[in-house]
Amino acid sequence: MPQPLNLNRIHRWGLQSPPASHRLLPCLIQPSMADPSEAKGEGSLRKAFGGVLGVFILLLIGTLAFSIRLFSVIKYESVIHEFDPYFNYRVTQFLTKNGIYDFWNWFDDRTWYYLENMSTYCKNSDLDIVFELMLLVILDRYPLGRVIGGTVYPGLTLTAGSIWWLLNNLNIPLSVETVCVFTAPIFSANAAWATYLLTKAPSHQFEVKGTGAGLTAAALLAMVPSYISRSVAGSYDNEAVAIFALIFTFYLYIKTLNTGSLFYATLNALSYFYMVCSWGGYTFIINLIPMHVLLCIVTGRYSSRLYIAYAPLVVLGTLLASLVPVVGFNAVMTSEHFASFLVKCQEVFIILHVVAFVYYIKGILSPKMFKVAMTLVVTIGIAVCSAVLAILIALVASSPTKGWSGRSLSLLDPTYASKYIPIIASVSEHQPPTWPSYFMDINVLAFLVPAGIVACFLPLSDASSFVILYIATSVYFSGVMVRLMLVLAPAACIMSGIALSEAFDAFTRSIKFQLPKLFEASPSDAGDTNRGTQDEPTKVDNNTPTEKTEATVKERPSEKHRKKEKKKLEKGKEIKEKGKENADKVSNKPLNAKKLLVLPLEASAVAILLLIILGAFYVVHCVWAAAEAYSAPSIVLTSHSHDGLHVFDDFREAYAWLKHNTDVDDKVASWWDYGYQTTAMANRTVIVDNNTWNNTHIATVGTAMSSPEKPAWDIFNSLDVKYVLVVFGGLVGYSSDDINKFLWMVRIGGGVFPHIREPDYLRDGQYRIDAHATPTMLNCLMYKLSYYRFVETDGKGFDRVRGTEIGKKHFRLTHFEEVFTTHHWMVRIYKLKSPKNRIRGKSKKKTNPKTTSKINSNKNVKKNPWQ
Amino acid sequence: MLMFRELEFKMAKSSTSDAQALFRSLRSAYAATPTNLKIIDLYVVYAITTAVIQVVYMGIVGSFPFNSFLAGVLSCLGTAVLAVCLRIQVNKENKEFKDLPPERAFADFVLCNLVLHLVVMNFLG
Repeated sequence: MPQPLNLNRIHRWGLQSPPASHRLLPCLIQPSMADPSEAKGEGSLRKAFGGVLGVFILLLIGTLAFSIRLFSVIKYESVIHEFDPYFNYRVTQFLTKNGIYDFWNWFDDRTWYYLENMSTYCKNSDLDIVFELMLLVILDRYPLGRVIGGTVYPGLTLTAGSIWWLLNNLNIPLSVETVCVFTAPIFSANAAWATYLLTKAPSHQFEVKGTGAGLTAAALLAMVPSYISRSVAGSYDNEAVAIFALIFTFYLYIKTLNTGSLFYATLNALSYFYMVCSWGGYTFIINLIPMHVLLCIVTGRYSSRLYIAYAPLVVLGTLLASLVPVVGFNAVMTSEHFASFLVKCQEVFIILHVVAFVYYIKGILSPKMFKVAMTLVVTIGIAVCSAVLAILIALVASSPTKGWSGRSLSLLDPTYASKYIPIIASVSEHQPPTWPSYFMDINVLAFLVPAGIVACFLPLSDASSFVILYIATSVYFSGVMVRLMLVLAPAACIMSGIALSEAFDAFTRSIKFQLPKLFEASPSDAGDTNRGTQDEPTKVDNNTPTEKTEATVKERPSEKHRKKEKKKLEKGKEIKEKGKENADKVSNKPLNAKKLLVLPLEASAVAILLLIILGAFYVVHCVWAAAEAYSAPSIVLTSHSHDGLHVFDDFREAYAWLKHNTDVDDKVASWWDYGYQTTAMANRTVIVDNNTWNNTHIATVGTAMSSPEKPAWDIFNSLDVKYVLVVFGGLVGYSSDDINKFLWMVRIGGGVFPHIREPDYLRDGQYRIDAHATPTMLNCLMYKLSYYRFVETDGKGFDRVRGTEIGKKHFRLTHFEEVFTTHHWMVRIYKLKSPKNRIRGKSKKKTNPKTTSKINSNKNVKKNPWQ
Repeated sequence: MLMFRELEFKMAKSSTSDAQALFRSLRSAYAATPTNLKIIDLYVVYAITTAVIQVVYMGIVGSFPFNSFLAGVLSCLGTAVLAVCLRIQVNKENKEFKDLPPERAFADFVLCNLVLHLVVMNFLG
């Protein structure tokens, strides 16, 4: 039974030891009471078979992960979804067309068109670009634009770009769009394999947690809905590759911790670099790992492997993180990393060195001398530490936000964002999740995670303490922001995999050891108290139906009957078994067949059946979630009605119209949601887009949408806007339209320009657009642009989303003219009317005279256009 | 009062004698370490001294360009850390690394240093 330990040790520095096949094939293996030489020959064959089976299962898991994400491609088409992926797609297009050097230096002038103070803009850009721009600013207007090389996380685009380049060099001519659409499913398969590696990672002193646990965790991750939601085919966003990088980095860290090999430490640092390139969530890694190191030190698990795992990672990791332009010196300076660098990462770095030094000194000194040394050091150390702490506190307190940025502050105090930063609060992904969303996103795993946590404690090793810490922190963060459920998903899968594997292990072991008893000729083992069952074989034979309910009904009375009869006997047995079990687990010897906890045979069989049904429910739910909930490309909408399937392709219709019917240099104003899509598909310059880095700019657009026509026209004219785009869902019942988002426009605009007040748009605190709406609401630009000529559709102007008739039905637009409305009235495009040449005095339509200063607006002077 | 002073004097003397005994035992214990470990220790001390010199220089001259400063200091710290890791792995008294051949440890050390210096060179600017 005890596996040759030497094999494990030699293999530790090289490949993994072959997977323990006896966990995969419990039914086929007899309890190895036979002579060991025979068992070895058979054992190696079984091991080989198990290994091949394991690889095959992994391949299947990868295929599963890939194919479950293809629903949107099948239902709609191979198109890129949502908003953010369009920006990434555009960047990848540029990369594949122009090569990497141009990509690093690309200045994207199709976005953020406005003239403003350069100081707000040049946080991350190079000095020479700034000078160039300032020169152009003095001479003439110039787009605010965006330095792509310096503000984007390049990991995703570089990955997709290199895949495209590789395939093209192999003469497989895939288009960039296809590569972009399918990057996410490919990397989710990789993530499943990485989860397998992470769960399987051999702990240092104890047995392997099990290939079975690894396979289960990988299968769970391949299907977990929360990960699917961000990585369907077409969702070309940072998280697609970042989750893979996250899991892989954690795997390499655990591997280094277990083996103490510097080679894996290097790989760990490189994988961390890939993670930094891919996603802003890398701060999670650089905060979690120091926490774990601290935990290990505090619980007395310091070892030299811990030093090798952590110290090179800190140095190399900081260097590599500073290489990425987006991060730059933030890796060392700001307090998001304060928690990581000066307070967490570097402090833990220092603590680790101190502890290592202490252990070293302890090793070479005698105990008495060591005590003396300790007293000496402690007195000096306390003085120094308090001085350093005082300096640190002074430094941190002197900076305005105590060094933390808005996003991380909102993570610690969930109510921070809604109080202070309306833009962050308005994004639906930043809201705290509800309880049903946990069930929707990780389903059955929510129940299995606590079992997994318990399983990790027996026995507790460095690796399992790390996973416990991972899940604890990710549960907290997922409770703050829905978007971070994504980080919880791998941890939940690992824990559930461990729990399921251990449960299956216990049950199959029980069955395995009772199966020989079952088929023995004589049932007269009344005196055998080591096994759990005392049933005659005939009784058991009768109780093996295929129906689950029948089984439970039949077996429960039999169990009860049995229990009543042999209560005292069983109590004695239980105590004995529990004692053996405790002794077994405490002594940590290889599990001997006789000492295992053995459950009754029927209970194990039923339990296995129940677990399989649980898994079935999980699979059904995941497939449903992938097909129905998360596969909507949101640029094409469908609805089922009595006469079949309607497809609403209005967005692309509008962008195509813009592309073909406007000049190349025309600027388009819309709410920031549609910025990326407009630049990618219509190829026109937009005023604000999804990057939302300039709050004042967005507030300007919001104010324009909330003002009456004339002031709005003034604002847009000063921005040199030609076309205004609004999204309207009243005709078809599309509820994510601009009227529903309007209050956020008011709030954001009102945050910067105080003459916009939210109560002006609410009647008795209620937001309405019917006859009882406030006059401010009925006169604002958003209302007018959405409902212009709406009454012509059905004669009454009934808004399907709000469920009422509109308030102001017949009105004319004085400063805008409608140029295009899509088929289902979902996107409406308006053009700014050019100002009149002469002042006519009082006319029939107009009430305000033109002010000539607008035409000659001095572009270099920023003034308040609507006063 | 005299006795109190004597007590103080004795305590001070005992603490200094303790310190002296401590230093002596430290020195004797350290002298027992094999030569190759001492060489590694010397290298670590050299790397850290270089880092300290760089920090002092930055304090005098100012931190522009910051990336060069970071690159310099982190490369010194990096080689120091890696050398300590090498020492841990090569040390014969360390039971966890009994099976690791020292050549393998050194190869790992070289590889890690290669990566570190590649990154540093890229970052020097």
